Amino acid sequence: MSDRIDLGTRKGFFSYQRDASGWKLTTQAFLGQHVPMLLNDGGTLYAAVELGHFGTKFHRSTDGGNTWEELAAPAYPPKPDDAPDVLDPWRNTPVPWTLEKIWSLESAGEPGHLWCGTIPGGLFRSNNHGESWELVRSLWDRPERAHWSGGGYDHPGIHSICVHPDDPDKIAVGISCAGVWLSDDGGETWAQGAHGMRYDFLPEEQGGADPEGQDPHRMVRCAAAPDRLWVQHHCGIYRSDDGARSWTEIKGVSPSAFGFAVVVHPKDPDTAWFVPARKDEFRYPVDGKFVVTRTRDGGKSFETLSHGLPPAPAFDLAYRHGLDIDPTGERLAVGSTTGSLWISEDQGDTWQHLSAHLPPIYCVRFA
Amino acid sequence: MAFIALTPHLQSHVDVDRREIVGATVREALDKLFAENPRLKSYLLEDNGAVRKHVAVFLNGESVKDRAKLTDPLPPDGEIFIMQALSGG
Repeated sequence: MSDRIDLGTRKGFFSYQRDASGWKLTTQAFLGQHVPMLLNDGGTLYAAVELGHFGTKFHRSTDGGNTWEELAAPAYPPKPDDAPDVLDPWRNTPVPWTLEKIWSLESAGEPGHLWCGTIPGGLFRSNNHGESWELVRSLWDRPERAHWSGGGYDHPGIHSICVHPDDPDKIAVGISCAGVWLSDDGGETWAQGAHGMRYDFLPEEQGGADPEGQDPHRMVRCAAAPDRLWVQHHCGIYRSDDGARSWTEIKGVSPSAFGFAVVVHPKDPDTAWFVPARKDEFRYPVDGKFVVTRTRDGGKSFETLSHGLPPAPAFDLAYRHGLDIDPTGERLAVGSTTGSLWISEDQGDTWQHLSAHLPPIYCVRFA
Repeated sequence: MAFIALTPHLQSHVDVDRREIVGATVREALDKLFAENPRLKSYLLEDNGAVRKHVAVFLNGESVKDRAKLTDPLPPDGEIFIMQALSGG
């Protein structure tokens, strides 16, 4: 079981570690700075640090977060003169070739090989422990990018990168709002996979079921059954049994099928957890009760888990990277927009409140 | 003789003291500084070369006219001052 949780928050990096007496805050860094994304890649920590004025920075630590070195952040190349402007479909303004946010970081299958997803929609690859990055032009240059739009941010962004555990050339990338893009050859070629997803507020004849425009808030893949993926979508919960090539909506989820976060049990593809909220223009816990939901049967039924979580009124919301599960599938941690952190050591049956006074939590990751 | 100085806020990230600077334009002068301190470039400019939205570049007390390419001519007695706008929370 993992005895370490790393947090990226609105005001810095924090790490909790467990010893015989329980969980304790052990490390903090970048105090006052926004840390939207973290990765622990075989003991090396990577952190995106967003400076309000001076842009997104990228840091690496090889001593558990005690000291950090700044590396060059992924950078978009100059736009070639012959490359057409891609206009944001909402505003008809060009989508800039400029890094706005690091929104996802994942190991790419070998030590020091990394994927980085960004806003405004570029996927980057590093094969040298983050020393340098290259924009994956094969995805960035897809003509369909003209249909991508922002979801919550002004421009589209890659928030989920699901690497196949047995074949790291197979990746599935979740984009808000551009559906799910799939590559079987390490990013050389791509195909859209968000078939079956739809918006409940947009008629099909208006593009409500167009895969290119879908907003999967978060996508995760089961390590033991990699063809099973789960998505918490803007309008519901979806399951794929064919490696993210098609999706089935899970209906009748109580108290809500709206939310941002999802995790799947690493060994049991039918067990997944979600953090529901009142949809979609409200975004607070249904009836003010902060709960986690769990299915153990592939979405046929859901349990509402609340033992140790706060009763109403509780206006905590979990962002899309605010829920994580450890490699054993026993421990879960959830961090909230109001700075609370809970951990469960029994698959969500009971929760322990580690703090109510952290900064707003954007990213929770077990080591 | 032209000079450049950075806001103390920026100096907490990138150590550059007030110093003499040479160039026909603001960008030319900054490029010489970036050659010595490559990390500074990403703090001031977007990937596409424009001044970051929340960074202000003043030349002799006035905001530069060309925030996209910094083509403002740098007079011999020019004083460039770079500071942050108010943003964030």
